[in-house]
Amino acid sequence: MMDATVTTKATPGATTGLTSATSSRQLTLWIVLLLLAACLPWMVYDWNTGRHSGFVLTMLSQMGMMIIFALSYNMLMGQAGLLSFGHAVFFGLGGYCTIHLLNAAEKGGLPVPIELMPILAGLSGLGFGIAFGYMAAKQRATAFAMITMGIGELIGTVAIMFHHFFGGEGGVSANRMIEKSLFGVSYAAPVEVFYLILVWTLIAALCMLFLTRTPLGAMANATRDNFERAQFMGYDPRRVRFLQFALSGMFAGIGGGLYAITYEIVTFDAVASALSANVVLMTYIGGATIFYGPILGAAVITLMQSVLSLYSNSWLIYVGVMFIGMVTFAPSGLAGMIEAHGPIARAGRLRRLIVPYLRISIPAIALLLGFVGLVELLGFLTIGQAQGKKLVLFGNKIDVRATMPWAVTTALLVIGAAWLRVELRGFIRVWGDITADLKLRSV
Amino acid sequence: MSATVTIESALSLKDLRKSFGPTEIIRGTNLEVKRGERHAVIGPNGAGKTTLFNLISGRFPITSGEIYLNGTRIDELAPQEINRRGLSRSFQITSIFHRMTVFENIRCALLWSTGYRYSFWSPLWAQKALNEQAERLLDELNLLERRDLQAGLLSYAEQRALEIGITIAGGATVILLDEPTAGMSHSETEYAVALIKRVTEGKTLVMVEHDMHVVFGLADTISVVVYGEVIATGKPEEIRANRAVQEAYLGALTE
Repeated sequence: MMDATVTTKATPGATTGLTSATSSRQLTLWIVLLLLAACLPWMVYDWNTGRHSGFVLTMLSQMGMMIIFALSYNMLMGQAGLLSFGHAVFFGLGGYCTIHLLNAAEKGGLPVPIELMPILAGLSGLGFGIAFGYMAAKQRATAFAMITMGIGELIGTVAIMFHHFFGGEGGVSANRMIEKSLFGVSYAAPVEVFYLILVWTLIAALCMLFLTRTPLGAMANATRDNFERAQFMGYDPRRVRFLQFALSGMFAGIGGGLYAITYEIVTFDAVASALSANVVLMTYIGGATIFYGPILGAAVITLMQSVLSLYSNSWLIYVGVMFIGMVTFAPSGLAGMIEAHGPIARAGRLRRLIVPYLRISIPAIALLLGFVGLVELLGFLTIGQAQGKKLVLFGNKIDVRATMPWAVTTALLVIGAAWLRVELRGFIRVWGDITADLKLRSV
Repeated sequence: MSATVTIESALSLKDLRKSFGPTEIIRGTNLEVKRGERHAVIGPNGAGKTTLFNLISGRFPITSGEIYLNGTRIDELAPQEINRRGLSRSFQITSIFHRMTVFENIRCALLWSTGYRYSFWSPLWAQKALNEQAERLLDELNLLERRDLQAGLLSYAEQRALEIGITIAGGATVILLDEPTAGMSHSETEYAVALIKRVTEGKTLVMVEHDMHVVFGLADTISVVVYGEVIATGKPEEIRANRAVQEAYLGALTE
């Protein structure tokens, strides 16, 4: 009975077709994660000083806005098949608008409580989405990518040139304590802002999930798969792209609004191409074909940005290598890797994968240690040494001039890689056996 | 609207021409397809049959001439506008949404004609009438069991059936099918012919087809296109007896 559901169901990414049992289990998982996120600030609460860890709160807040941003980006990339290289424009402009609105509200000119500020940020994002969507959405594929890149560069330049609105290189700052709140909260403490972001992340994510299950969402998938077919069904693919683009801009604007509220300053960085590239990474690494993929991607990349950057100057290299690795070996991203286990788990065969996983993890760890070691050694040679620091790797002080560390890391890298190749072959064989067996049993 | 267009014509082409660069592919085609007719367009490879479909459905712009659908001129309209006026087509190379489920494919094909347009406020799961209509159509196509399978994973013949379903779903009155049985086995072809007969009941059907069994089994009128011109139109038996047609086409096929 279980097996019959395995292959007759669509593969992950489809918006329907999950058995109610799995979807309710998934729902439970998401609720648990949400509660965990809500409790997290209290797990890092320092009872002696009576303070939350500012580091963790900032990271979690950043995660929230990046989740909204990445999900909004996936409305284009995953759902409509549109590769945009200028999505930060909507995030950043939403942020700038919010900063100005906060300033207006503080002077008493704008009777809007802070909790509803993200709506205005979203509307500004929508406005820019309509304006730029009018230019970009006529095209698709490469031409679309080029136009969005052009828009990104354009706004990047404009942000530095026009000081009145963008504040030049120093950016524009504001005070979020505008003393207008629906709930009488001052938002002086970062933890209050965190909860504001949490609620807005939930609202935005649910709205975007809802959109995937509307006629527009379905036709966005349709024009992605086959725009001509969509045309011969009565739809104008350009109109579909335009609406999807404008709505995507709206949600990016909400993300930018929360950014402005959190940091109380928005600079050129918020519209810059680096952030546009970052959102591509987050969405892709998380998995563009599955709705929750960008959530994972945003969380993982933000975590790396915050935590890894504390330990290593080379953290961007690791993100880059991870991205290349995902593109090459797991194009459906982290979420795709998780979903691939779905049918196997439902058939109760997950246990057969434990040993194969252990077997690949040993050479994989060796490879990873070797790679990280080499990168750190090289990095230290160029930067750290000049700063007169000592290299500490895995708890040991290391002399970068000696041969030993270089030999060990190189050996780990080479042996790990060769060994992993062998083990991977075995892993793929077992995986193939299991999936073939599942298919056979369902026929 | 032109006075020369008779209203019984579902589709009429008047001196239609199409050039790609210096090469004229369609050279002054005239064609009348009556309402409710099953009209087959045959001709040797490269005669311009598929190009003709691409012009009628708005996929390519025409070079000169006129195309009328139910008396309304359509040759300057975009494909989606032509579709909204009641003309739908299938493609020679299967054209479905591979990454969506079979059910989603059919439901998408129903969306415009059921008036949802670009709605981003109607939750699809709650549209009872729409979902039931999609399921009924799947049942008619014998694809109900495949409902939640990704369309790209269907067998070839099933994908062709799905495409026929997508083509007729929107309630178009004029259906263009481009080689609906190409690449099918004998039994699959028989099944496809029966399916086409069933689902196009009461509609105007125009199809390009190479399989003469299908043509003579399905069509009540046949037009022969050679080098971008219609050289003959008539009942199957007339076409079979036509000397010019035999020379140009049928002879070559039956050796």
